[in-house]
Amino acid sequence: MAEPQARRPAPTLPDELRAELDALRPAYPTSEALLLPALHLAQRHWGGWLPDEAIEAVARELELPPARVYGVVTFYDLYHQKPVGRHRLRLCTNLSCALRGAGEILELLREELGVEEDEVTADGRCSYVQFECLGACDSAPMMMLDDAYHGPLTPAAVKKLLADLD
Amino acid sequence: MGFEPILTRHVGQPSVLTVEGYRAAGGYAALEKALAMEPEAVIEEVKSSGLRGRGGAGFPAGVKWGFIPKTDQQKYLVCNADESEPGTFKDRVLMEHDPHQLIEGCAICCWAVGASVCYIYIRGEYVRQADVLEAAIRDAYDHGILGSSVLGSGFALEMRVHRGAGAYICGEETGMLESLEGKRGQPRVKPPFPALVGAFGQPTVINNVETLCNVPHIIERGAAWFRSIGTDERNTGPKLYCMSGHVERPGVYEHPIGATLDTLIDDAGGMLGGKPLKAFIPGGASAAILDASHSGLPMDFDSLAKAGSMLGSAAVIVMDEDTCLVRSTLRLARFFEHESCGQCTPCREGTHWAAMVLERIEAGSASAAEAELLLRMTGNMSGTALCALADAAVGPIRSLATSFRSEIDSHLDGAGCPYPARRYFTAGATA
Ligand SMILES: Cc1cc2nc3c(=O)[nH]c(=O)nc-3n(C[C@H](O)[C@H](O)[C@H](O)COP(=O)(O)O)c2cc1C
Ligand code: SF4
Ligand code: FES
Repeated sequence: MAEPQARRPAPTLPDELRAELDALRPAYPTSEALLLPALHLAQRHWGGWLPDEAIEAVARELELPPARVYGVVTFYDLYHQKPVGRHRLRLCTNLSCALRGAGEILELLREELGVEEDEVTADGRCSYVQFECLGACDSAPMMMLDDAYHGPLTPAAVKKLLADLD
Repeated sequence: MGFEPILTRHVGQPSVLTVEGYRAAGGYAALEKALAMEPEAVIEEVKSSGLRGRGGAGFPAGVKWGFIPKTDQQKYLVCNADESEPGTFKDRVLMEHDPHQLIEGCAICCWAVGASVCYIYIRGEYVRQADVLEAAIRDAYDHGILGSSVLGSGFALEMRVHRGAGAYICGEETGMLESLEGKRGQPRVKPPFPALVGAFGQPTVINNVETLCNVPHIIERGAAWFRSIGTDERNTGPKLYCMSGHVERPGVYEHPIGATLDTLIDDAGGMLGGKPLKAFIPGGASAAILDASHSGLPMDFDSLAKAGSMLGSAAVIVMDEDTCLVRSTLRLARFFEHESCGQCTPCREGTHWAAMVLERIEAGSASAAEAELLLRMTGNMSGTALCALADAAVGPIRSLATSFRSEIDSHLDGAGCPYPARRYFTAGATA
């Protein structure tokens, strides 16, 4: 028979996150409605992704079953369950960007960064993924670098963007 | 052309980002006027304008507002700023360049239907636009335009920006409500319709950003003026067209509803590199692809429906003669496969199998029988699922398999893709 495991303390949200979340409470009639905002805040705090600890802390804070929170995290493309680079690149490869050369930019990212999609470079600096239409087809081909939109991209512009990352 | 832009008239004028600047440009006069009217009269004016929803389905906005029960229940307005239909970027421009126009439209709608809370559900990727909106909303609170007594009228209105988290299906109105409530964005069974049971179980209006941006102009200048713009009584008002793909200057172009592709390509500086037009998608990834012979067709709700396609979100994707339509359709099929929420078998399986068959066609490994299978599958996906995503996925595929059948045939039985080996196309989002 296995030894009963020592219970690790249930994770909680850091105070400053809780304060931000509390400020949002009056905006909604239920606390469950705070889940998306809470996950956005938690993801920012935990370095761009949501480790189990973050998910459990959010669940506890909003008094939701963790399974429910996992269900939500896995549903949305902007929440991540594994580490991401310090900078995150989302390259749009939907039709309007594809027609303007997104495929070439994708190859360039792979060559320049030396990793596959959704892998983190050895120095932890960045990771990239293909993304669906980002609502900026007027600057196709384009990508999102952290929170900012960039486009129209040329190979030279992409190289410069990458070189300027800290 | 002679048409003065209405919705985009402030683009490139940063002064309107503040309440003061927006007021100096004539803003918030419509809200003032609306508050002096009976709510019912506001609804009648919007009905009489003929304004139809700009989010995709074209439902008459005033009629929708009229469905909200005249009870003293808590009611909500949820503004659909999810804008995720591939090819669409007009709402982004409206929010970024003229946030108060949207706030004013939302406030008028709330007054008309008796909603005391408005959520603007904005796609999570629009970080900058959410910031612009939030700043504008704060400014509006500071000037007594929002809050406990809108413009001193005694009408109380709260407005919040709610950020999505990356899911096309949250643009579908009931998927959006689920998401707003903190759940997976899986569409609900209808009825009940949101007008009766919407956000948090309460009566709710859901309207697109562009739809709501039209409202202040209707109130200010009148329904008759609005009706005088456009093709006919069923297709009224200004319309934003999102031009992308193989044109020289992609962008948002405003016209009376019913602009032709020819006009829009002119606006956009002509075809990219002067190449001939092959085909275009008039209304986003969900719309049937049309060939170049339709370039003189007025792009309004009814003319495009008659041509077997749709205005949708007016995302016009232009493709030149070197474009492989099998590859283009495959890319859209992969989008729908990725975005299907998975609740309904015909949609979850159908979008997956359609993408696989298209991939085999593109690779040259399919036979004529498989091409037939593709068409049969679209039949099984139509009208068999909970929401319109399944039908949307069918749109481009069915047009490929019928109107552009020779494109498929030229790929079959080992032939492979006859088009220039552009490296354009990739496997699509996996994350
Ligand atoms: C799969 C799917 C995605 C949709 N995405 C959007 C969207 O991104 N933005 C939008 O305004 N409407 C979208 N809609 C339409 C909405 O369900 C709804 O009809 C619309 O927001 C109503 O507003 P309107 O009448 O002002 O157009 C989508 C519908 C479906 C089925
Ligand atoms: S049709 Fe597709 S996207 Fe819509 S509810 Fe069904 S599975 Fe989900
Ligand atoms: S297709 Fe790339 S931003 Fe729309």
